[in-house]
This record gives sequence, C-alpha cells and structure tokens, in this order.
Amino acid sequence: METLQFRFEQGARPMQGKPQLVGVVGSGNLEVLIEPAPLNGACEIEVRTAAVGFGATWQAVMADFHARWQLADTRICINDMGATPAVVSLRLDQAVESLTGQIGGRP
Amino acid sequence: MSYLELTARQRIPVIFDAGSFEEFLPPAARIASPHLAQLDAPVSFDDGVVVGRGRLDGRLVYGAAQEGGFMGGAVGEVHGAKLVGMLRRAIDEGADAVLLLLESGGVRLHEANAGLIAVSEVMRAMLDAREAGIPVVAIVGGANGCFGGMGISARCANTVIMSEEGRLAMSGPEVIETANGVEEFDSRDRALVWRTTGGKHRYLMGDCQVLVPDDTAAFRLAAIRAIEEIRAAGARLTLDELLTEQAMLARRIDLAEGAAEPMELWKRLGIAEPASVPMLDADAFLALAAGHRVQAGQGER
Repeated sequence: METLQFRFEQGARPMQGKPQLVGVVGSGNLEVLIEPAPLNGACEIEVRTAAVGFGATWQAVMADFHARWQLADTRICINDMGATPAVVSLRLDQAVESLTGQIGGRP
Repeated sequence: MSYLELTARQRIPVIFDAGSFEEFLPPAARIASPHLAQLDAPVSFDDGVVVGRGRLDGRLVYGAAQEGGFMGGAVGEVHGAKLVGMLRRAIDEGADAVLLLLESGGVRLHEANAGLIAVSEVMRAMLDAREAGIPVVAIVGGANGCFGGMGISARCANTVIMSEEGRLAMSGPEVIETANGVEEFDSRDRALVWRTTGGKHRYLMGDCQVLVPDDTAAFRLAAIRAIEEIRAAGARLTLDELLTEQAMLARRIDLAEGAAEPMELWKRLGIAEPASVPMLDADAFLALAAGHRVQAGQGER
C-alpha cells in the first residue's frame, strides 16, 4: 500500500452538507469519501492505494480535478484498488455531485 | 430496477422508505479493519457493511446491507461487530423488525478467528432478536450470493427472500471443486452452479420461503409482507418449529438419495419437465412450484 497526500490552496467553492461515500473498494475501483472541513479555503486529498509507484499519475489526476472544481474547505479520502485515472476522475466528480446534490452539474 | 446490479449503499434507500434510513457508524467515522491494515491490504471506511435504522412501510425497521464488491462481502471483526451491534440495538430499542440485505462469501479469511467469532455472534444476535419477538427477514439477491457462515446466518432468519439470481449455500462452488475435485463439482458450469445454489432450487428445497423477480420493488413488497406475516404468527424460534425443520431435513436426505444433480430432485418432487425450470420467469416458476416444494410441516411428496 502507498499513502499520498495532496493539498490545493485557495479554492473558490466551499462545500457544505453531510459526508458522502461513492464507489466500492473492489478490483479496478475505489471509494471516495468527501466531507466539508475547516481548512482555510484549501482542499485536502488523501489517497491510500494498492498500486504502488503511481504518484506522478495521481498528482496529474488530482491537479485536473482541482482545476475543474476549485473546491474549498473540503476533505477527500480515497481507498483505491488499482482504478484507472479515468475511473478516478469520474468517481471524484460523482463524489462532488453527491455532496452538492447537483447530478451532472459541471463547474 | 435490478436489485442485483445495485451496491449495498444504493439498495438501502430503495428498499427502505426513501430518506428514512439513519446509518450507525457511517463511513465518515472511519471504523475500518485493523487486521487488513496490518496485512497492508486495502480497507473500506465502512468495512463493507451499512447498518442502521429506518422505516419500512412506516414501521421502525433496523437493517444492514453487505457490500459484495468489497472482499466479496466477507465478514471481518468490524463488519461482524457492526451487524451484532445493530441487532442488539434493535432489541434494546424495540424495533418492529430487522431486515438484512445479505451478500457475502462468509468469513473474511484474512481475519481468521476474529471473523469466525463475529459470524457466530451474528447468528446468536439474530436468534436473540427473534426471542425478543422481533421478526428477522433476510434478502439474498446480490451477484456474490450468500455463502459460508452468512449462508448459515441467513437460515437463522424467520424468512429468506431470494431472486432466481441470488445464491445461498454453505461452501461455494470453487471451494467444493478445490476440496473434492472437478468430478464432484465443476464450478465453471454456471448452469449447474445456479441449479444447485440459485433461488429456484432453494425455493423448491424449502431454504427460501419467498421467491421474487430481480426487482427492487418486488423485494421491498415481499419484505413488508413477510414482516406482517411473522408479526401475526410470532417471531420466536420454538422447539416445535425446530423439530418440524429437522423432520423436513430428514425428508430431504431421503429425497436426495443417490441423486447426482438437482434436476433429479425436482423430478422426484413431481415436476414433469425439470429441464424447463431454469428458463421459467418468476411467475411461471411459482405456479409450477406450488405443490412440488419441500416445506417444513408439510408432506410435499
């Protein structure tokens, strides 16, 4: 297992509401827990993944995600079992949409 | 809507009254398995099970949903403790019923004895709930089936509701093949696997009392009806009921004497064309099965 931490400062979109969990920790899949947290406008993401050595890929996927949503005061925790970058991106979008209640809502 | 294709977390709001379910120890509490972490294996924030209480047709019903996608729904120490805690709380708080959405391969082998003890505690807690007069209903309709210790647990419920696609058994197909050889059981023969463990066979053999199509509304309605019927008849497990069940099992052993394949049993139960059974939809099957089922307390032959 490998644990990766990401923090993006100065988001524009603070999150509210009850914590949400989307996805399942199965092969090629992941679960994403998203919840509001007082982080001085930042978005923190912690990834625990079974696929070791893909830090650069995660960095790129997370940077894309932050560019899309600009979340503020949000904590995201991920348990991953080797999901592809596309699946990770879709799950992250699904997590944000489940918290905001805006299915299909785009930034 | 297909029940089979939903995750545990998606099943809860469509089976219980919409928006009524309150989860105990939700994912944000992060009560994950300490054993998996020690083994450097992936964990899940809910350890593969949702537990809580909600409303079912207005009644106060405690419940759980196992996630087959996480380690095959297998029961570890935390997963089992969540089930037991929910059942004990149902007793303490006077629940109208308990509804278990089961999907599990049984004990999580990574957690060995802790998982075994957890499953035995689940069984005891289910029987304690029944002793307190609380109906316990199990639904088996997920892709991973219900096997091992959870297969036994399911049969501790008052009523088991299945779809044809659901599977209920002790040892899974691959386990039997590994232990006894492919001549004994070919786990890659999917038709054989469903003939042996699927909902239709379980219904004919008396292990499942209600068979429904793979549809969330059908499962929900069957659960509501089962709870009503159990409340009217009494949820407690009595000695008479155990003796009746034992007699049914003895008749089943006689029925299976020398048979090598479930279709032989169906034929012995009086079904003229057993080969047609797997192709029937739920309604046609139920019409055919009436009068040809093994049922506790009834002479089926």
